[in-house]
Amino acid sequence: MYNYNEFDTAFVAERNKQFRAQVERRIAGALTEDEFKPLRLMNGLYLQLHAYMLRVAIPYGTLDSAKMRKLADIADRWDKGYGHFTTRQNIQYNWPKLSDVPDMLDALAEVEMHAIQTSGNTIRNVTADHFAGAAADEIADPRPVAELIRQWSTDHPEFQFLPRKFKIAVTGSPNDRAVIKAHDIGIQIVEEAGEIGYRIIVGGGLGRTPMIGKVLRDFVSQEDLLPYLEATVSVWNLLGRRDNKYKARIKITVHEHGIDDIRARVEERFAVIRPSFGGVDLKLFAEIKEAFAAPEYREAPVAEYETAYKHDPIFRSWADTNLAEHRAPGYAIVQISLKAHGATPGDASSEQMRVMADLAEKYGHDQIRISHEQNVILPHVHKSDLPVIHAMLKKHGLATANIGLISDIIACPGMDYCALATARSIPIAQEIATRFDELKLEHEVGDLKIKISGCINACGHHHVGHIGILGLDRAGVENYQITLGGDATENARVGDRTGPGFSADDILPAIERIVYAYLDLRSDAEETFAQTYARVGLDPFKVALYEQDKAYAAE
Amino acid sequence: MAREFTPKVVTANALIEGDVVYLTADDSWTRRLSEAEIITEEDYAQLRLLQAEGQPELVVGAYLADVIAGENGPEPTHFREDFRRTGPSNYNHGKQAELADV
Repeated sequence: MYNYNEFDTAFVAERNKQFRAQVERRIAGALTEDEFKPLRLMNGLYLQLHAYMLRVAIPYGTLDSAKMRKLADIADRWDKGYGHFTTRQNIQYNWPKLSDVPDMLDALAEVEMHAIQTSGNTIRNVTADHFAGAAADEIADPRPVAELIRQWSTDHPEFQFLPRKFKIAVTGSPNDRAVIKAHDIGIQIVEEAGEIGYRIIVGGGLGRTPMIGKVLRDFVSQEDLLPYLEATVSVWNLLGRRDNKYKARIKITVHEHGIDDIRARVEERFAVIRPSFGGVDLKLFAEIKEAFAAPEYREAPVAEYETAYKHDPIFRSWADTNLAEHRAPGYAIVQISLKAHGATPGDASSEQMRVMADLAEKYGHDQIRISHEQNVILPHVHKSDLPVIHAMLKKHGLATANIGLISDIIACPGMDYCALATARSIPIAQEIATRFDELKLEHEVGDLKIKISGCINACGHHHVGHIGILGLDRAGVENYQITLGGDATENARVGDRTGPGFSADDILPAIERIVYAYLDLRSDAEETFAQTYARVGLDPFKVALYEQDKAYAAE
Repeated sequence: MAREFTPKVVTANALIEGDVVYLTADDSWTRRLSEAEIITEEDYAQLRLLQAEGQPELVVGAYLADVIAGENGPEPTHFREDFRRTGPSNYNHGKQAELADV
């Protein structure tokens, strides 16, 4: 875990002091809302439908127990006793009062956290693979480079007024769990002839114009990384469409100019600025890397785990579904589902946060991760501790065995909270999860990712869901469009629209028809939804969705 | 032909709490849509909106929202305004909880 140095601490304290004064001036009437709004957004404070919302950065989704406990304390003291984890690995508080926010930021600073650049047209919180440092398939831990980018991008003077927001994600594994191809810049750590370097992907994004990122350069060496990124953002900063908000993201710039033109411009700019990077970034990177050294794994027998696995079917189901392969012998990656059937995806109560903090401290080398899929990860757990961890999680509603299954749904806050939303997302997620739990079907269905957005901005990543659901306002009524065959991995793909949307009442039966169609269509129980879709295409699902519906209506 | 004016209320979010408020006929702000002033005339609506915007020390983001006159005062015509006057559907938070036993 990276710890703040004196500079970081002073910087955050200074920003908090400034914001406290800005809030005071707003309340006293010395600042208008037009003057205040950009200032509050720079500090992660939105005004939503029912209240303010404070978005707190969790850099590359990494927390320790002290940070998690502080998040719980803030939820209790200034909010309603819970927090919402987001697809940018951040946490959002839905009910703060304006006058309390400066105190909340000071409390965050006590554990080296802040809300800077979680909003506005800047480089946002850098996300990373939530299995970073633990995954068996990893070439290198993506967090040191994510931290390097965070330090470079925070308050970067050239990049405070970009054409639009800018999102960067890093994966250290060829199996992409960080959705890098749907980011403005996606970075994949690669190895060539024994040297670690970076593949740079640019121009991906979701929203109203979904695009899959394109390779800008196959290999960028460590010493070239920051100047190359700076050249890329710099080219877009000048070229990006400031005249039209909907065409301002780099995906449109890349699309309009073509990847070859952008590459030529980046290389030209890179040649100019490269000499100004004198190696301080390399020294810094070496220091940062030390802070992310692997924990000291212990060697111990795993008999307790094996006994529990053999004799306790509930534990076995949880272990089969929620554990991932760890690189160290005897260890596992624990995925804690924040998707209990019928609950709000990504929400954790302060009590649950404290339980997870305790477990991480006691059994998990004090490490916690937030995934972009809105779950919590204990990345380093010895298998012998799994039975006791599972028992504890179960006691607190955190042992739902559904990671990667149909009820492990990404859902944005939607019109239950968000001022931009055109329809609700949360109740749709709740209904789908509850229904498939009743049917006891989700383990039979297997890997199936449903992602729901409550508006075209696609915070719920619906374009890259195996089943994507987009909530719209059609003539004053909530209406839900379905896309199929999206993919968020290294084989990223934007889903295909099935046709006309469904009302809030009809969307659940529609999803059921898709799932039953898949069960009919799959070649065998091993063929996943994504594989079946790739094989048979959209048509049979369209028939199931629309023609069966008509047949029922005619009866 | 100009579109026929439909009844409106002036609504905004309170500066400190951020919650939904409505302008009343006696120039105060209420948390209850049922107590809001129903505006049926276009020029008057623009005037009331300007008056609301002139209170930045109390409210943020004032606008005119469509309503219809019901038995207990104004009722929303769009689901967004219905959520705004009620609160989120996943928890008993917001207006539905705060105004329940008043």
